[in-house]
Amino acid sequence: MTAWQLRIAGVSKSFGGFKALSGIDVEIAPGERVGLIGPNGSGKTTLMSCIAGSLRINGGSIAFEGKEISGLPAYQRTRLGIARTYQLPQPFRSMTVLENLIVPLEYVAHRGSLHTTDTRAEAMQILERIGLTDKAGTVSTHLTQIDLRKLELARAMAARPRMLIADEAMAGLSSVEVEDVLGILWKLNESGITVVMIEHIMKAVMRFSQRVLCLDAGKLICAGTPEAVVADPDVQRAYLGA
Amino acid sequence: MSPRLKSYWVGAAAVVALGILAVATVRNEYFFFASYIVLQFVVLATAWNILGGYAGYVNFGTGAFFGAGVYTAVVLINLFGAPLLVQILAAAAVSGTLGFATGMLTLRLRGIFYSIATVAVAIIIETLIVNWRYVGGSTGIQILRPPVMPPFESYTKMLFLAMVLLAVAATAIARFIETSWIGRGLRAIRDSEIAAEGCGVPTLKLKLFACTVSGALMGAAGAPLAMYQSFIEPVSAFSLNYSVSALAMPMIGGTSHWIGPVIGAILLGSIQQIVMVTISNEINVLVVGVLLVLFVVGAPSGIVGLARALMRKRVGRKAA
Repeated sequence: MTAWQLRIAGVSKSFGGFKALSGIDVEIAPGERVGLIGPNGSGKTTLMSCIAGSLRINGGSIAFEGKEISGLPAYQRTRLGIARTYQLPQPFRSMTVLENLIVPLEYVAHRGSLHTTDTRAEAMQILERIGLTDKAGTVSTHLTQIDLRKLELARAMAARPRMLIADEAMAGLSSVEVEDVLGILWKLNESGITVVMIEHIMKAVMRFSQRVLCLDAGKLICAGTPEAVVADPDVQRAYLGA
Repeated sequence: MSPRLKSYWVGAAAVVALGILAVATVRNEYFFFASYIVLQFVVLATAWNILGGYAGYVNFGTGAFFGAGVYTAVVLINLFGAPLLVQILAAAAVSGTLGFATGMLTLRLRGIFYSIATVAVAIIIETLIVNWRYVGGSTGIQILRPPVMPPFESYTKMLFLAMVLLAVAATAIARFIETSWIGRGLRAIRDSEIAAEGCGVPTLKLKLFACTVSGALMGAAGAPLAMYQSFIEPVSAFSLNYSVSALAMPMIGGTSHWIGPVIGAILLGSIQQIVMVTISNEINVLVVGVLLVLFVVGAPSGIVGLARALMRKRVGRKAA
């Protein structure tokens, strides 16, 4: 058994002549809480999209739980146990909150099962954990920003992941709401799910992460404990604006 | 069996029974002649909606899939005088394959590319047929109807009943897709393809499936036309009218529920028949256009959407 859950080795990604990522090497352990920081356009979301499969890498390798996944389409990676939320919430607008969760439940956890009552029961359980029970029947277009963020997390959970990528799950929220979402992420992590968090709210990153990675212009410039990364002169120059 | 499914099959059985009753009692041939066309549009609109309505991938080339079905029947009749059922099954297979191939070439890309390709397919298939002497080329081909089988009195009546069965089959398939996990996956694709994929939905496979089923039904709808008209030529078999109507009918009826295309097809198809007889053939295209514009602007979710809004209001008033 390997000690790491996800291993990224020499990953590069280009869009035409623009090198968005070059030579990224990262290993993430099971159950770890990782924060990913860096200035806008540094490649954070690109890297996460390469892991989740919505983008294909141009070089290097990505392995999850000992299996090379860089050639797999996104839906298979979800089935293997990698779920993500989106920077701009992407709810299924024609569906209610509950139905939004039924999709991943039907296509991942309960695939091939005809017991729709089980699916609904599990969806309700997840909504309860996330705190959206009272919105179960609401069509997702009528949700507030915080509830949309929670729906993103709930839907990711419905795929029963072992690794969750939260892409700016707290952007645009008030400080009370940030606490709310952080609390949810803590709970998920306590249940054994690895959490990789992209975030600009430094206070949240510092508190939540066991390890912080900093990207700048498509390169990993620093990795370490939150305190060490914040103290790093390269990080300060590139991101923190010292 | 859920109560909803039960009432669907009761309704479907009633429609078939009504069809049989009409064949047995109605004397006026024109009734069957006109109803055939309306039913044909029920199949086409339902087929279009499986991909266009549920998954949001707009097919502008219904005429190509329909026409491919028509000409499959023509070839089979020419070859060995194939019976109607064989014509329909073969047409479904050919147009389903055409749908799969079109999807395979374009559905890897998201959005508009599929729609553009369907226009191209329509032109390619029609050009092929125009240049194929065996099926009559551009001048068309005369089909000799075989003697009618008892208990039917006329060939039109038999084709009418075949179309009733096809329409019931098409709605049953559409309904099954809509209410199953497949339909939920297609809706997820329409709402956000990237999030659907992230939720474990195999988007490419589902789109290809919808594309194939949709194409197959369009082809099946086309097959009986050879016998119905007993003269087939490419311009009318690949008419743009099919493409426009198959798109307009679900839009007017409502794309979110299988009954939407059925309502749209019956409404628009009947109006077209009435206008064609009472005014002129040209005006009936205008009717489609005007109605489509009115609905897209005024009621984008169609008649089904209007009815749902009305019901919600009533429930709200009762609760208040």
